[in-house]
Amino acid sequence: MAKFLDLAEAVAENIRDGDAVAMEGFTHLIPFAAGHEVIRQGRKHLTLIRMTPDLIYDQLIGMGCADKLVFSWGGNPGVGSTHRIRDAVENGWPHQLAIEEHSHAAMANAYEAGASNLPFAVLRGYIGVDLPKVNPKIKSVTCPYTGEVLATVPAHRPDVGIIHAQRADREGNVLIEGITGCQKEVVLASRRTIVTVEEVVDTLGAPSFNSTVLPHWTIGAISVVPGGAHPSYAQGYYTRDNSFYIAWDKISRERESFLAWMKDNVLDKTPAAFAVHAKKGSAA
Amino acid sequence: MADFTPNEIMTIVAARALKNDDVCFVGIGAPSAACNIARLTHAPQITLIYESGTIGTRPNVLPLSIGDGELCETALCTVSVPEMFRYWLQGGRITVGFLGGAQIDKFANINTTVVGDYNKPKVRLPGGGGAPEIATNCGEIFITMAMGKRAFLDKLPFITSMGHGPTGAERRALGVKSLGPTRLMTDLCVFEPDPDTKEMTIVSIHPGVTREQIAENCGWTPRYSATCFETPAPTAQELEVLRDIQARTKAAHAA
Repeated sequence: MAKFLDLAEAVAENIRDGDAVAMEGFTHLIPFAAGHEVIRQGRKHLTLIRMTPDLIYDQLIGMGCADKLVFSWGGNPGVGSTHRIRDAVENGWPHQLAIEEHSHAAMANAYEAGASNLPFAVLRGYIGVDLPKVNPKIKSVTCPYTGEVLATVPAHRPDVGIIHAQRADREGNVLIEGITGCQKEVVLASRRTIVTVEEVVDTLGAPSFNSTVLPHWTIGAISVVPGGAHPSYAQGYYTRDNSFYIAWDKISRERESFLAWMKDNVLDKTPAAFAVHAKKGSAA
Repeated sequence: MADFTPNEIMTIVAARALKNDDVCFVGIGAPSAACNIARLTHAPQITLIYESGTIGTRPNVLPLSIGDGELCETALCTVSVPEMFRYWLQGGRITVGFLGGAQIDKFANINTTVVGDYNKPKVRLPGGGGAPEIATNCGEIFITMAMGKRAFLDKLPFITSMGHGPTGAERRALGVKSLGPTRLMTDLCVFEPDPDTKEMTIVSIHPGVTREQIAENCGWTPRYSATCFETPAPTAQELEVLRDIQARTKAAHAA
């Protein structure tokens, strides 16, 4: 049953040091406010799972919250490198980071297997490539019907799944619209869940019978954080801040400029700082 | 001849490779520009699909990421990412996958993972994303990449996505039925695989480019097709469409 909590309470109640945490949102609806709260609360030794680590994991990894990263594409989309992840992998700063690397198809399948309560996912993938040589979790199975050899990866079953969504109703039912990525699968695959939303409304106003709605009884905590996906976006509320993604390249390139930005914009702030980015109706 | 840059002719030649009835899985960056130029010129009905789940998208500006809101707003429909990879890509619905890359070899295998040892990398690149499965599950693969000695390598440190395999024979040996890389469009020339050896072979050279220039920017000694010709120069219309969308894109992303 969904509980409405302040984001600080939701994070304190649900995330422990050493947890495996998946903060999903495929370019769209990335839960930045929740990520910042995890940094402020000083969580350590996390295993961070995410298809595209994006800036949110660049920030968490640069601040030393993670021991391990499970991912499939680790860059700043359209811009270049995620410099903090590179610094961790190439130079061990701020400390060594273990990586478990997959393809997008395998990650998406692994979330779906987790949501389906299956132990592993099966796909026609990883053919003729080197990733299975460096990731021992990629294995194979022979189809009992055709004899075809197919790739397998273990299901993702995160301790905590975190997503951002457009809105919840007062019961805690959640609506996601636009690029829905694998957020539904993450919520259904995770033991505990936190959903941040742009707003709470009397009626969800789901646009069709087939809208992506997560019933309140699939969700642990809901926190209202307008603007909480910035600099990613919330379709129908605000657009992706592409200029910030471009600016992050310079901010994150050096350790000093990164730490200074994190102090001013994360450590010294609260979730309310995101409200300035929430401008309903201004989206293109 | 109209004035154009190497990057412009690369994008335009890449766009020309696409057909009106293609269903194309679009990689970000250079492939995205090429696919949208095709849509805005000779292939108005082409179906463009991005891995974020957007099917039949018609963006007015080029997206910075594969999941910009513009892609969803202008799409026929948007599906979840697991559905995209399972039903649409693995399901065999895509005719062309369009990829870029950091490094490539003569059999069109691509590395976007790592330079140096995987566990102690000299340069950690972003990784494979959708590419490993795009490379085998689409009907054929087009690749666009600028040439250079650090990009066109005799031997890759890591194979992120398979072209025709390390010796050109592995793709067939592994039983992969799709064609793999059939065209590689660069800033200097166009390659296609030799029908027998699968080695990427130069089939056309862009106007004003010399064989010496190509040799200087290629980590192996490239072969030329017996029928190698000069790539037709970009037309005024192609250049106008490309420059227009790039100007709109720059303004939109700076906003």
